[in-house]
Amino acid sequence: MKRDMICIICPRGCAMTAEVCGDKVSVTGHSCPRGEEYAVNECLHPVRTVTATVRVANRKDTMVSVKTASPVAKGDMMQVMAALRAITVSAPVSMGDVLLQNVCGADVIATENVY
Amino acid sequence: MINHDIVIIGGGPAGMAAAVSAYDAGCKDVVILDREPRLGGILMQCIHNGFGLHKLGRELTGPEYAAVYAEKVAERNIKVYTETMVTDLSPEKIVTARNRQGILKIRAKAVILAMGCRERSRGALNICGSRPAGVYSAGTAQKLVNCMGYQVGKRVVILGSGDIGLIMARRMSFEGAKVEAVCEVMPYSGGLTRNIVQCLEDFGIPLYLSTTVVEIHGRKRLEGVTIAQVDEHRKPIEETKRYIPCDTLLLSVGLIPENELTRAAGIPIDPVTNGALVDEHCQTRIPGIFACGNVLQVHDLVDYVSEEAERAGLGAVQYVKDAAADEEVIRTLPGNGVRYVLPQTIHKGDEDISLFLRVTQPFKNVKFTVTDGETVLLTAKRLKAAPGEMEKLTLKADKLKDVKGPITVSLEVL
Repeated sequence: MKRDMICIICPRGCAMTAEVCGDKVSVTGHSCPRGEEYAVNECLHPVRTVTATVRVANRKDTMVSVKTASPVAKGDMMQVMAALRAITVSAPVSMGDVLLQNVCGADVIATENVY
Repeated sequence: MINHDIVIIGGGPAGMAAAVSAYDAGCKDVVILDREPRLGGILMQCIHNGFGLHKLGRELTGPEYAAVYAEKVAERNIKVYTETMVTDLSPEKIVTARNRQGILKIRAKAVILAMGCRERSRGALNICGSRPAGVYSAGTAQKLVNCMGYQVGKRVVILGSGDIGLIMARRMSFEGAKVEAVCEVMPYSGGLTRNIVQCLEDFGIPLYLSTTVVEIHGRKRLEGVTIAQVDEHRKPIEETKRYIPCDTLLLSVGLIPENELTRAAGIPIDPVTNGALVDEHCQTRIPGIFACGNVLQVHDLVDYVSEEAERAGLGAVQYVKDAAADEEVIRTLPGNGVRYVLPQTIHKGDEDISLFLRVTQPFKNVKFTVTDGETVLLTAKRLKAAPGEMEKLTLKADKLKDVKGPITVSLEVL
C-alpha cells in the first residue's frame, strides 16, 4: 500500500511516499535519515501524546489540564479521551500528579496546579 | 501615587520573561500587572503540547511552559498584581489600574507593554446572514472547552486554518464533535505543517483552500453555513456555493495586537504589524516605554515571544540606569517579497542586531538580501519561506559600523 505524507520533523516539510510491505517500509522523497525514520514509524506504529482537561469536582467551572506522560498509539487516542471523560479529580492538584494510571500504556498526569 | 522602576503590563509569556530578564539584569523593583487571577495569559488555555522545543529544548504544554516562567517570577519575589486591569497609560509613564482595592496609580521609570493580542471577530468579516448562537471565535471556544469544560457544539465548521483553528479542529474531535470542514480563504494554510498532519489528517478532517463562509443560517441556534470557493481576488464564485449543516462555526481569522493603552499614550503604531514602532531593544517612540510579545507583532511560536521579551527587559533596565543613550538612528524597510521588518529602527552600536520579518506569500528556494544602499550587508538562503513562519536574520555589529541607512531586506526566488 502506498501512502503520501508530509514530514513534520523540520520546517522543510518534505513530501514523502511510503510503501508498506508487511513489516518493511520503503520511503522515497525524504531528504534525511530522520525523515525516513519518521515515515517508517508513522506507517508501522504511529504514536501521539494526548492532552486534555479533567473536571475538578470541588471547584466551580474548573478543569485541570492533563497529558499522557508518554505517547500512546495513535489508534488509542479516543480511548484515552473516553477514560478521561469518565473521571473527576479533587483539588488541590499539583503539576505532575498522576491522575489516572496506565491508560493504553501511559499514565495521565496533571500539567498545571489547581489550588 | 506609588513609584516603581519598571512596570510590566500583562503577565503572559512576554510579561513574565521581560520581568525575569529585567530583574536578572539588576533592576529589582519590577512589578507585573495582569487582569487575570493568575499568571500565564493565553498559555493557560493552550493545553496542547509543542511549546518550548526551541527555547527550552523540550516539548511542553501551554500551562507547563507558563509554569516555567511563573516559577522564575516567584523565585525572584517579583511583585505581581493580579485581577488588576490597566485602564490608562500616559506618555509620562503614569500607569492607572483598578482592582478590588480601588484605583492604583503608579509612576514608572520604564514601562513594558506585554498585553498580547485579541482575535478578529465575525464583525470584521462581513459574513451575510442572521446572528444565531453557535458562532464563536476559536480562542473563546478553546477557553470554554479546555478551561471551563463546556461542549460548545457537536457539528462544527471552522473558518481559517491558522494554528488556533487547526488546534481546535482536533480538540472538538477529541470532545466528541464532528468537524465537517476547515475552510481557508487563502490558497495555502497559515498553520504549521505539524498541525495540519496531527490536527486534520489524523481525524480525517477536510481542508478546503481558497474557500470561505459566505452565509450563516439559523435563528436561535446556528443551523448551517454556506461555503463557496473564491477567485484570485478572494471574491466568492457563485456556482461553487454549497450548504453544510452545522451547529457551530469557529472563526480563526487572525489576531490583532491589543494596543488601546499604546494608543492612549500616543505611541506611533506600524500599520502593517499593528504594533508599536520599535528599535532593537523593543523601545517604542516614547523613550522608556517598551513593547514585546504579541502586542508588538503576532508570533507563531511562544519561544520567540520569550526571547523578544528578554530583549525588552534588558532595554528597560538600560534605560532606567542611563536614559541618555542617544545614538544615530537607522531605518529598516521591507523590500521585494517582504511584508514587514521589525525593529523598524536600529542604532549603531557594538552589538549584533537581529531583524525579524515575514514574507508576503509562500516561497521555495529563496535568498534574503539585506542591503544598505548598494552595499550588501548579509545574504541568507532558505529552502522555504511562508507568511506563517517568522524569519530571523542577524546582522553582525562590525557590518553595522559604516551603514548610512535605510537598511532594506528583500528576497529573490532562486
